[in-house]
Amino acid sequence: MALTASKKSEITLGSVLFNWPAERWRDFYFRIADEAPVSTVYVGEVVCSKRAPLFAPFMPEVVDRLKAGGKTVVLSTLSEVASDKDRQLIESVCAATDHLVEANDASALYALKGRPHHVGPFLNVYNEGTAAFLVRGGARNFCLPPEMPATAIRNLSTQIRHPDITVEVFAFGRVPLALSARCYHARAHGRTKDSCQFVCEDDADGFALNTLEGQPFLAVNGIQTLSYEYLSLAAEVADLRAMGVSRFRLSPHSCDMVAVTSIFRRLADGALSGGEATAMLRASIAERLCNGFYHGKPGFACVSTD
Amino acid sequence: MAEALRRPELVCPAGTPAALRTAVEAGADAVYCGLQNATNARNFPGLNFTVDDLNASVRFAHDRNTKVLLAVNTFPPAGKFGLWRDAIDVAAATGVDAAIVADMGVADYAAQTYPSLRLHLSVQAGASSPEAIRFYCASFGIKRVVLPRILTVEEIAAVHRQIPCEIEAFVFGNIGLMAEGRCSLSNFATGQSTNMDGVCSPAGAVHYEGDRVGNLTTRLGPFVIDRFTNGENAGYPTICKGRYGCAARNEPYYAFEEPVSLNLSALLPDLMRAGVTALKIEGRQRSRAYVKQVVSAFRRAVDEVATGRNAALADLIALTEGHRQTEGAFGSKRWR
Repeated sequence: MALTASKKSEITLGSVLFNWPAERWRDFYFRIADEAPVSTVYVGEVVCSKRAPLFAPFMPEVVDRLKAGGKTVVLSTLSEVASDKDRQLIESVCAATDHLVEANDASALYALKGRPHHVGPFLNVYNEGTAAFLVRGGARNFCLPPEMPATAIRNLSTQIRHPDITVEVFAFGRVPLALSARCYHARAHGRTKDSCQFVCEDDADGFALNTLEGQPFLAVNGIQTLSYEYLSLAAEVADLRAMGVSRFRLSPHSCDMVAVTSIFRRLADGALSGGEATAMLRASIAERLCNGFYHGKPGFACVSTD
Repeated sequence: MAEALRRPELVCPAGTPAALRTAVEAGADAVYCGLQNATNARNFPGLNFTVDDLNASVRFAHDRNTKVLLAVNTFPPAGKFGLWRDAIDVAAATGVDAAIVADMGVADYAAQTYPSLRLHLSVQAGASSPEAIRFYCASFGIKRVVLPRILTVEEIAAVHRQIPCEIEAFVFGNIGLMAEGRCSLSNFATGQSTNMDGVCSPAGAVHYEGDRVGNLTTRLGPFVIDRFTNGENAGYPTICKGRYGCAARNEPYYAFEEPVSLNLSALLPDLMRAGVTALKIEGRQRSRAYVKQVVSAFRRAVDEVATGRNAALADLIALTEGHRQTEGAFGSKRWR
């Protein structure tokens, strides 16, 4: 049976995963606030609690500017929680009761239970049982794990169809693949997490790891490992809409993100075809595109949907 | 002279019914195993238990005063939840001493349907903070958490003081470098998911290529993971133990970790003092001979430490992968 898409498509902007200098971080959000056709912007440190104090002074003005631009601001929380510093960061973000918060770890779920919140892509929500359990605790939006194939997305989205619950997919950017206790940025430079001197600031999109054959393979961002390729689900947006997925998350990179958000907005409005949008993204991104996970193939694969 | 410490439970791997009997006879206090499907994180061909195997194994173990824990510790993708529900039903019907769960939906089903079934939280749930652990305890009545291998012993002691359940910690075996249950590197290269399919580096995607002078290249899917010169001990290709190049380095390097095994034997007294209830040995994919050696050695060591004697653990080192070992994150924050 063909499903009629009932919710308006929304383009959302994920938290900046990389360590951008604080002024650049601020200016990026200012421009998004003024120019990008996105409905929701996630803000906050997701990868490393050591970075949070660097841009904290700019947080209030960024939030104000985004709101003035008509955006809903959701505060995103840390994906891996080990140290007391990590725990304090989670606690302080979840204490902001005037904002929606996105949980990326069960620590945040503990703080948010009973109050409306979002569930981020770093929490393992693979099935209807987990989603139903979290909805009882206040979850209102699920950004699904990027490795979920279309079959599972369809099954999940169909089973939790509810006017107040939205399903979001990670639709653009390097794919988050793994987290670790160890900082691989520091390691590459012969340092450790405690003595890192914020060397991750030098790589706005992470740095590439190449195989012994020189083939680009992965990208490193502190404790996080991502795909070398950039995910694009532009060609899959129409199918996802039909499944009941209404929100498409774009992950910030150093490329022109206002242009990227515009491409996805026009695609969702029917002003561009999936093929046209993909071609435009390909023209503006130096790295290869990938979409393998969605098609049940290795994540690095680029499956043509023509 | 060390003081006498509370004797922790030794939790040992059983990939097959034969390995289970071996572990029981070598002195395990508990053994853990999985069914022959994607519901557990060692879903390899030739491993694991049928329901009949499990029934017989539970009888065998219980007759010898040993517990059996069933790992149902992967994440069902929507549309396949029934397979995991069946696994929980099997856990309840066979009378295992606990089910080890990771997925919240699976935990919720187990807690609602079988309130008397004891639940342990798998390392795959990645619950590393007191708040995360309390969340699982309050939601599903979790009785024991298997801690992620990202904490130092000191941090484990601090966690212990702040949670309402027991702690199980890995002490020996092959370690992944990534936070458990949150890694899709293998799926990225092979199309099979550690979380959903229960397999990391599936054998079908592994390739070994020798050249004329005896060098060996290992691949996972199309990606070279490492290269070994003639005679070097070639490791099984897993992405987090591979050698790569990057702009900051002139030479290829182990970007994540050298191919080492976890060995916390030297930290046993510290772990026991930190309040760890159970010590876990990895290796459901290992041979019976390996299980016998490791379990016997740890049995001796734990008993020696518990009675205040100094434990001799040198023979355990020879069993580690490539004869090299690490204390990983447990020993010191400098590892990070």
